[in-house]
Amino acid sequence: MQISLEEQFQQKIDQEIKIEPKDWMPEKYRHTLIRQISQHAHSEVVGMLPEGNWITRAPSLKRKAILLAKVQDEAGHGLYLYSAAETLGISRDEMYEQLHSGRAKYSSIFNYPTLNWADIGAIGWLVDGAAIMNQVPLCRTSFGPYARAMVRVCKEESFHQRQGFECLWVLSKGTEEQKKMCQDAINRWWWPCLMMFGPKDDESPNTMQNMQWKIKRFTNDALRQKFVDMIAEQIKLLGMKLPDPDLKWNEATAHYDYGKINWDEFWQVVQGNGPCNKERLAARKNAWDEGAWVREAATAHAEKNQIKISSMLHPNDINLGS
Amino acid sequence: MKNLICRFFYGDYGEEKNNTTNLPQEESPENQWPLWEVFIRSKQGLDHKHVGSLHAADAAMAMENARDVYTRRNEGVSIWVVESKNIHASNPDDAAALFEPANDKIYRHPSFYELPDELKHM
Ligand SMILES: [Fe+2]
Ligand SMILES: [Fe+2]
Repeated sequence: MQISLEEQFQQKIDQEIKIEPKDWMPEKYRHTLIRQISQHAHSEVVGMLPEGNWITRAPSLKRKAILLAKVQDEAGHGLYLYSAAETLGISRDEMYEQLHSGRAKYSSIFNYPTLNWADIGAIGWLVDGAAIMNQVPLCRTSFGPYARAMVRVCKEESFHQRQGFECLWVLSKGTEEQKKMCQDAINRWWWPCLMMFGPKDDESPNTMQNMQWKIKRFTNDALRQKFVDMIAEQIKLLGMKLPDPDLKWNEATAHYDYGKINWDEFWQVVQGNGPCNKERLAARKNAWDEGAWVREAATAHAEKNQIKISSMLHPNDINLGS
Repeated sequence: MKNLICRFFYGDYGEEKNNTTNLPQEESPENQWPLWEVFIRSKQGLDHKHVGSLHAADAAMAMENARDVYTRRNEGVSIWVVESKNIHASNPDDAAALFEPANDKIYRHPSFYELPDELKHM
C-alpha cells in the first residue's frame, strides 16, 4: 500500500521518532520551526539587555559574578538555538537581518525596563521561571536539533530561577525599604510574565497543528495555569503578594483562579509600542554595526593565515632532500 | 546507491538544499564566518561526542568559541572542531540500502546460538 510522504511523516511523529534535518518534512513544518526557533534565539539574545543593565551596578561582587554568569548563559542559549535553526536551511545572517529589521519578533517580556535591583531577582524567579515552564516540554519536541538544544538550555536554566528567588528571598528579609523594592518588582513583572505564554488557546489558531506535529506539547493556557499554581505557592515563602485580587485557590478545579490578563497591552507591546521596544532594537543594531570591523578583521586575519599555511604546504615548496 | 555519501553544510543540512537559489547564505558568503561542528570528550576514557555547531573565522577562534559556548560547566576535557563543509554524511534515503541488510543476519549476535545449560563460562 502506498502512503504519502505526509502520512509517513505523521506516522514517525506519532511513534515518537525524531525528525532530523535531512529527513523529508512538510514545508509548513520547516517554516513553523524556523520561525519558532529563531524567535526563541532572538529572545535569549535580547533578553541579555534588561539584565545587562545591572551588571555594573550589582550590590556585591558575588551578585555581579552570578549575574554575569547568567547573562553569559543566555548568550549561549541564543547560540545553541541559532545553530538549530540553521539546520533547517536559514542562515545566521538572515536571522539577524529579520531581527534588526523588526520582521522577526522576540518575547515581549524583554521590552519592559529594569528599574531597580529587585527587578533582577524578579526576572530570575518569574521570567526564567515562565521560560522554564515553556522550555521543559520542548526537550521532547519532534525536531531533533531543537530538542537537543533545549536539553542543554534547561540544564542551565535551573540556576537562573534559583538565583532569582534567592535574591528576592534576601530582600524579603531585609529593611522595610528592601521589602518594598521586592514587592514593587513583583507587582511590575507578574502580569507581563503571564503574557509570556502567548495568546489564549482559542486565539492561537496554529496550536492544533503544532500539537499534532508535536512541536508543542501543551497549550498556552495549560502552561500558564501550571505557572500560576507554582508561583502562587512559592510567593508565600517570600511573604509577598501577587498583584491580583482575583487570585484564589479553587477546590473544584484544584488550581488557582486568576484575574483577567490585559491583552490590549500584550498586543501593543508585540506591535512595537512597549516601554523599551525601540531601545532594545537600537541596542542590537548598534552592537551589530559597531562589530562589523571586528568581523571583517577576523575574516581577513583567517584568510591571511590560510594563505600562509597553504603556501607552506604546497608540494612544490617541500624540499625532498634530493 | 549513487547518493551513498553526500557532502553537507550547516550541520546536518543536505547539499541538495544548499544549492537552491533561495538560500540567503548565497547572497552574503563573504561576510558570514564558516560553520564548525564541535565535538567534546566529556571525560578521560570516553569518545568525543558531537555537541553542536558554531560560527568562527578560523580554527583557533572556533576552538575558543567552543570552549565558551559548550564547556562553561566542566562539560569536557578535550575539544575537536571541524569545519562543517568537511563532513560527509549518508543520505536518509539510502538508510534502507545501508542498514537493512544487517537485519536478517541475526547469527551475528551471541543470542542466536542455543547451547546446553551445562555449558559454563561462555
Ligand atoms: Fe535562557
Ligand atoms: Fe535563563
